[in-house]
Amino acid sequence: MALAEDRVLKGGGELGRAPGGWEQRIPASWWVVGIILLLVPAFAGGFTLNQIFGWSFILGMISLSLMLLAGYGGMVSLVQMTVAGVAGYMVAIFGDSAITGISQGWPWYVAIPLALIVAVAFGSVTGWLAVRTEGIYTIMITLAIASAFFYFARQNYVIFNGFSGFNGIFPPALFGVDWRDPVAFYYLTLFWAALSFFFVLYISRSPFGLALQGIRDNPRRMAALGFGVTAHRIAAYAVAALIAGIGGILLTWQSAQISPGTAGVGPVIDILIIAVIGGLRHPIGPFIGAFIYVVLKTFAIDALTGLGLGGERFQLLIGIGFLVIVFWSPDGILGLWEKWKANRGRDPLLDRGGEAP
Amino acid sequence: MNAPVPTPARGAASIAERLGSTGAESALELRGVGKRFGALEALADIDMRVKPGERRAVLGSNGAGKTTLFNCVTGDFPPSSGSIRFFGEDITTFPPQERIRRGLRRTYQISLLFAGLNVIDNIYLACCGVSRGRFSFIRPRRDDALMASAESLMRVVHMEDVKATPVAELSYGQQRQLEIAMALAGAPRFILFDEPAAGLSPTERRDLVDILTGLPGHMGFIIIEHDMDVALRVAESVTMMHNGRIFKEGKPAEIESDPEVQALYLGGGDG
Repeated sequence: MALAEDRVLKGGGELGRAPGGWEQRIPASWWVVGIILLLVPAFAGGFTLNQIFGWSFILGMISLSLMLLAGYGGMVSLVQMTVAGVAGYMVAIFGDSAITGISQGWPWYVAIPLALIVAVAFGSVTGWLAVRTEGIYTIMITLAIASAFFYFARQNYVIFNGFSGFNGIFPPALFGVDWRDPVAFYYLTLFWAALSFFFVLYISRSPFGLALQGIRDNPRRMAALGFGVTAHRIAAYAVAALIAGIGGILLTWQSAQISPGTAGVGPVIDILIIAVIGGLRHPIGPFIGAFIYVVLKTFAIDALTGLGLGGERFQLLIGIGFLVIVFWSPDGILGLWEKWKANRGRDPLLDRGGEAP
Repeated sequence: MNAPVPTPARGAASIAERLGSTGAESALELRGVGKRFGALEALADIDMRVKPGERRAVLGSNGAGKTTLFNCVTGDFPPSSGSIRFFGEDITTFPPQERIRRGLRRTYQISLLFAGLNVIDNIYLACCGVSRGRFSFIRPRRDDALMASAESLMRVVHMEDVKATPVAELSYGQQRQLEIAMALAGAPRFILFDEPAAGLSPTERRDLVDILTGLPGHMGFIIIEHDMDVALRVAESVTMMHNGRIFKEGKPAEIESDPEVQALYLGGGDG
């Protein structure tokens, strides 16, 4: 559903010169998807809203931060879930939780910005370390940082409350709304997911985003155009950390708790799997991947136990799905969709894509 | 000289240097520049002075070290020895982007363009790189100044017809033209052209000569070129390189008639 739109937004190639008003530039299918998403609470129950959609939006945001780094910047960072975990922990430490001995109980307008600042600082320092490396070494160094954070949080009882972490972390009751209510929480996560989605889509064509893609394709040439490659990459890590940090805070609120396992090695790698399954070429990919992951994780257990298999084997399903995607479509579900569209538009006589100019 | 000379703050010194640099005698000054790759001595003892606005051709057989020289000047890799001054400022240890921001530009022998982007986006990116807008998160608007300068550069190299064409679909000659447009972004003071005419048709070569001779007079350049017709028509001085060293320098006519050069180029045993 996203690629036709993508072509329109990027389309014609001229930056910001599409004719007509802004409402004409947004394709019909986007309106349809947007309206459906807005109307979901009218049909879905609390469990679906919170555990399926809310969780998908949150994991989608965290994967989106990886998509920004990996898809546009060519930097595969395994630290995005850790950045989210840092933000979640900081909200618990600076704000309110059931662990009153550690939580400072500061008001939300102090705790949340502070948590995001710490998350962005953490992401930037990680980026500063990681951007000097390429390819597999970036993966290794970010994985090492992620593991280090996991073990540190698990063993540190003074700040991180060790193995059990924090519980009883709730969103502030802003505007008189109880944001823990599934419908309110659905709209809260939808709002931030949509905002970060459009933000990434927008900056992909800004000088910053174009330069990031240029650096991915040819760092040497970008330096020869006057771009500071290292500074630009670190800035990308900072932007990604902001998105992941917001996702991390929402994730903490969604389950009302955070523990070392939230940012364990498993979840860290799940973020990569989500982004790859969905597709790294467009910001919609991570959200598609997250939805598939969440649906599998939620329902595969029932399906598998129904078949007499162990429920924990849902990881096997995700693993097989991952293999299939990597083998058949390195661009994820988005790549499959693009292939299908290209084939549909193919003229069998001319044997070329119908959309070719 | 006995009294201790007060040393100005580092920033102040460099500002003074840069102010002074506008009146520098040479745009580019290389002293004893050498480059080794392990045991291979790609460049040795290169001394070269190019005046502001001067147009020089660098000739030499394959492996003479011409592109290596460019790479040292732009900082793609640093020289192993020697110093490089750009309008009086020592840029030997600067990273490439700092050299570019001071007005140095180059084109690449093998086109290094952004294949996924179209023509105007490539030029726009080049314009962003040398402006403060390079970190901007705001998409360019209709009246964007950088976009306007990108469009005027596009007209300089006559690429209006292929404005929105992805680079991957351009002809080879068009890609070379685009390289030149990108090198002209911002306010270049000195440009290094690495074989801009290679692979061009005769018509495209004529266009290239027109573009190069049409550059503003203050914009000096060095051009690496095998095609003597192109090189000698656009350049007022010639440097001949051989085996990583400077072999001859002089006016085009002198170089053309030099017996040693002719021996090297026409009867050369190791060309």
